[in-house]
Amino acid sequence: MAELVTPAERRRLFTLLSPAYLWLLVAVFLPLSAMLFFSFLTDMPQDAPDWGVTLGNYAEFLTNPTYSTLLAKSLKLAVTVTFFCVLIGYPCALVLAKSIKGRSREALFLMVILPFWSNSLVRIFSWAIVLRGNGVLERAINFVLPFDVRLNLMFTTDAVVIGLVHSYLPYVILTLYLALQAVDDDLIDAARSMGASKLTILRRILLPLSLPGLLAGAVLVFVPVVGSFMEPRILGGRMGTYYGTVIEDQFVAVYNWPLGAALSFILLAVVIVILAAASPVLKRAQT
Amino acid sequence: MKSAFLLSLSALALSASGALADEIRVLNWQGYGTDLDWSLKAFEEATGHTVVHEYFNSEQEMLTKMRTNPGAYDVVLVNAIYNPQATEEGLLAPIDTSALENYAGIPADFAESDLVTEGGEVYGVPWTWGVTSFAVNTQVFDPVPDTLDVLWDPAHAGRVSIRDDAVEAMQIGALATGQGINDIQDLDAVKAKLEALMPQVRTFWGSENDWNQYMAAGEFDVATYWSGSAARSAAMGLPVEFVVPKEGAIGWLDSLTIPATSEHKEAAAQFIDWMIDPEFYVKWDAEGAPASANADAAAALDETAFNRRVLGDPEVAARVQFQTPVDDDTRQQYLEIWQALKAAQ
Repeated sequence: MAELVTPAERRRLFTLLSPAYLWLLVAVFLPLSAMLFFSFLTDMPQDAPDWGVTLGNYAEFLTNPTYSTLLAKSLKLAVTVTFFCVLIGYPCALVLAKSIKGRSREALFLMVILPFWSNSLVRIFSWAIVLRGNGVLERAINFVLPFDVRLNLMFTTDAVVIGLVHSYLPYVILTLYLALQAVDDDLIDAARSMGASKLTILRRILLPLSLPGLLAGAVLVFVPVVGSFMEPRILGGRMGTYYGTVIEDQFVAVYNWPLGAALSFILLAVVIVILAAASPVLKRAQT
Repeated sequence: MKSAFLLSLSALALSASGALADEIRVLNWQGYGTDLDWSLKAFEEATGHTVVHEYFNSEQEMLTKMRTNPGAYDVVLVNAIYNPQATEEGLLAPIDTSALENYAGIPADFAESDLVTEGGEVYGVPWTWGVTSFAVNTQVFDPVPDTLDVLWDPAHAGRVSIRDDAVEAMQIGALATGQGINDIQDLDAVKAKLEALMPQVRTFWGSENDWNQYMAAGEFDVATYWSGSAARSAAMGLPVEFVVPKEGAIGWLDSLTIPATSEHKEAAAQFIDWMIDPEFYVKWDAEGAPASANADAAAALDETAFNRRVLGDPEVAARVQFQTPVDDDTRQQYLEIWQALKAAQ
């Protein structure tokens, strides 16, 4: 396509694109390269005059089993959260796209997007209030049920999953909604007229056709959850040590920026490998 | 006495080299004594100097800020175990203690400690000290326990908390296994002891604010804590009592220092003198303060005040082991043990 544009068009393209690329260069590329540079240092230059270049920070990941254990734990968390987001989000998106029309759809949409408008820290702290012992949830349940219920959800892995699912559910619903809405209603009608059951329609028509949206949503959830640190720290209690929290510690508490940067890039590499491994599926879904 | 003191301070201010009204920039933890509004207002009235604050969240951050912003600070709070390192790096200026009226009240143990002096020069004015141990919810405990073992008591499983800090956790473990906090011989014993503590833990706390919220929400029966913070929490109305157990406790000393690059050294010295003034301390203590390093200030407290009643008791003070500097390798080793323990949960 590049060969087809005339010089005038090329100039116009350049003017239109350069603000975005300039912004990306300044806001993403430069800090990221600085971090990459830090990850190969023995010490931060301002802290130690005798700093040098090393691979030790990356070797640390390989020699200390703590980091790989935590990375595995974080990956497992991300898989769990993604699974529940899809499980809850798919029916919701399906109903929004196919069953509800008009104003009530707008109202429901608003409810889906509403969490986006509040600060994520506020959302997590409100979950802390709901989940803690004798908190809002326990009181509500005990108000309805005749017997005493002790959920004790706060400071457990479950609490972390609940908080994260709530935070990331809108991504899945929105991408799935777009994918499902693009499915032609006539296809469903045709299938139904030929006697397909609802389950068959879901399995043979809706699921395959909405797969790109589903995978896009899953990636949008999976990637940030692997590196999440705020939610586990607040909701997870002593179970809340994950790969993300250890990276945060390196930057905030221990002041070992080089190690923190190295751990971050290892995470980035692992995520890229996972996405690359999934790319054949992603490509097939798109065609 | 007050007016005489104020007069002397203003005289000092007038004699100061022309710079009558300096802006002193203080680097400290937030909400830690130097930034009390009433005190700063009185200080400004007395000396004409205004005080602005910048805060740090960890000692490493404090050191980095001093290294990277020369001239930006006039008074910096330095935990005494970081004093030798900061002095060696040339970050601190020697302090002329003869200009400090209240310096004489600081006992030799603190004032002449190796931590805050170097080659006969004073690089830090001992300001406050305190104890890291634990505090209990008095609604749960009657009587208040006198042993560290209560953290490991199965009766309080899931209602215990410790701070998410490798060195502090290891030193608590050292006390519980009967070892010296500054020279832990049997690391495996400490590790095993902490491993046994983990299932007891509800969550880790990070800041005083965390601690107060969890305690107020009834999440903790017993949690490690700092003596000064416990006094503040109790002053806020929380049902807590600080314990210095029979196994001993971790003592720390905070000093006020003047960076070598400060451009307002005389005003900074005046502010430090203000901070170690017994009159200031008594008012601060009413709001919850750590123990003052100035013996005159401690003696000026009401007899019922925690900082005089408990920490002023020589028998209690004898149980306190004061921290000495932890070198980077040991710190790293502690951190690895602590992270491995947390990751295994």
